[in-house]
Amino acid sequence: MAEKPRIRLPKQAGKGEIVEIKTLIAHSMESGQRKDSSGKLVPRKIINRFACAFNGKPVFECELEPAIAANPYLQFSVKVEESGLFSFTWTDDDGTVITAEEKITIA
Amino acid sequence: MRTISRRDALLLIPGLTALALSGTAEPLQATPAEATTEIGRFTGGKTAESGKIALDLPEIAENGNSITLSFDIDHPMTPERHVTEVLVIADSNPSPRVATFRFTPMSGRAAAATRIRLAGTQAVTVIAKTSDGKLLVAQRQVKVTVGGCGG
Repeated sequence: MAEKPRIRLPKQAGKGEIVEIKTLIAHSMESGQRKDSSGKLVPRKIINRFACAFNGKPVFECELEPAIAANPYLQFSVKVEESGLFSFTWTDDDGTVITAEEKITIA
Repeated sequence: MRTISRRDALLLIPGLTALALSGTAEPLQATPAEATTEIGRFTGGKTAESGKIALDLPEIAENGNSITLSFDIDHPMTPERHVTEVLVIADSNPSPRVATFRFTPMSGRAAAATRIRLAGTQAVTVIAKTSDGKLLVAQRQVKVTVGGCGG
């Protein structure tokens, strides 16, 4: 996965504003149910966890199952009271952790 | 993504039931009973209130591989009272669990959206737990024309 995760969130917000964050990461999300061309079952390999923290504090987290579509899209909200740094992590079944960060400023 | 079609899975059920019970392989199709068990684990058998979760899912999905699901829960998100956990269940997928979302007061709103896979026409249930021990629920039936097996 050389591609960076894509994140959409405003660069600025008012104090106490609830901002909507949209994230997208490229990943085939192999469910473990699919058979390849030779009829063999392709083993499960998915992003099983996503977490978002703001200034080091956990805000939102989800456990993903094979029923989440390929290229997992996740949209959620965060109430921002101060300027700071969002950190996002995606965890693969194989232990790989993909991270990204975005700043936000309180206008 | 290709998964076994519901039709094919139904033909194989007698053998699969044995596999499922032995725990050595994933059942190719969960039954609504398994979904109920999963929901029961989450709710501890307590009743859940409906009408507080706005659950958005298409009535008919052309492609079972990517179906947009979004929910928005009518509930405060204060440190004293907030939604803590939300479980999404699909009652006839190979495995009923779709996702578990965890919110904090900093979430501002107990709302989220994602894209899911449905192996065929079935009910999707969203259950929420609140910090003061209440349960909220919503359910939608989704007709899937081309299941996550590509037809």
